[in-house]
Amino acid sequence: MKKKRTKKKKNTRNLNKFSIQFITSAEIKEMNSEERIKTILEIVSENNLLIIQGKLKPEEETRLIGNTMALIGKSNDFKGVELAIISDNHSKNFLDKLRKNIVKMLSGGDLGIITIVGPATVVKEIQRNPKKIELFFRN
Amino acid sequence: MPIKIVQNFFKRIFNNLFKNRREIKLGFYGPTNAGKTSLANRICKDFTGEEIGEVSKIPHHTRNIQFKEKVEIDYKGKKMTFKIVDTPGIATKIDYEDFLKYKVKKKEAKSRAKEATQGVIESIKWLDDMDLVVIVLDATKNPYNQVNITIIGNLAARKIPVLIVANKIDLKKADIKKIEAAFPEYDIVGISAKYGKNLEEFYESLFRVSKKI
Repeated sequence: MKKKRTKKKKNTRNLNKFSIQFITSAEIKEMNSEERIKTILEIVSENNLLIIQGKLKPEEETRLIGNTMALIGKSNDFKGVELAIISDNHSKNFLDKLRKNIVKMLSGGDLGIITIVGPATVVKEIQRNPKKIELFFRN
Repeated sequence: MPIKIVQNFFKRIFNNLFKNRREIKLGFYGPTNAGKTSLANRICKDFTGEEIGEVSKIPHHTRNIQFKEKVEIDYKGKKMTFKIVDTPGIATKIDYEDFLKYKVKKKEAKSRAKEATQGVIESIKWLDDMDLVVIVLDATKNPYNQVNITIIGNLAARKIPVLIVANKIDLKKADIKKIEAAFPEYDIVGISAKYGKNLEEFYESLFRVSKKI
């Protein structure tokens, strides 16, 4: 019985500390790969949900997973991350693609993409279907 | 990344020169419990008479890279020699408490979790060494999972040919069309590694994708 109560307290504490942070594409562009991954893991390991305007490069995504695993091994409280990259990939015709590429060129990045990274202790699952994204929280 | 692309370019030239004489490194990648070891076992058993590893319902049962060399697949008179590399399932989170549900003791669960994190790191490291990758997905699960997208995106960036396997098609919930819709630009073959269903089509696709190396 005592054990159950302790567990409940721990979960409530997680949700009390929870906040959402946002990194703009300009901020993320200023960082090199190492800084990006370090910043993401620092924010998420402190129980924050992070929204990034833009996305990581494919090799950065795998490095993020690798560094996440290394951090789980070092920490008792950190259980990993939930990650989702959401983009508008539905434009199939030539004009749509051209328009997207011009906007991308002028803005210096794809503004139609966002990356969501949450701590696994708080975010149970980010379920993505083509047309909707659902965030399921623990507790 | 540009160095990797140059490396892969020279690797491909070298591979073409010695195409039929060398072993193709064939990696089995995917999320946990999708059936990577089951499929690798099925192939190894069919062509060498030996299995590659143990299979279990507990996630992260494969926590080390397992491989079998000189596996000669003989399909419809065509022969190719592979080094089969079975990798631990890739995940973005590992909680030892998840193993407790499978009646694993707490101490063992903690050590299993630690080994599993190392396994994921090893899987990622080995990505660069592969000539060809079979992505094994559980056809009963939602394919729009970031782990799947990340692995496939990385292989595309490294220009490594990919064959996607929709495993567990023997189950009622299996939905291969959902996987086809999620990854329309890839070869997808539905199989049941457990029951050996549709393996002919798998070998056909494997030989076809091997030509892209």
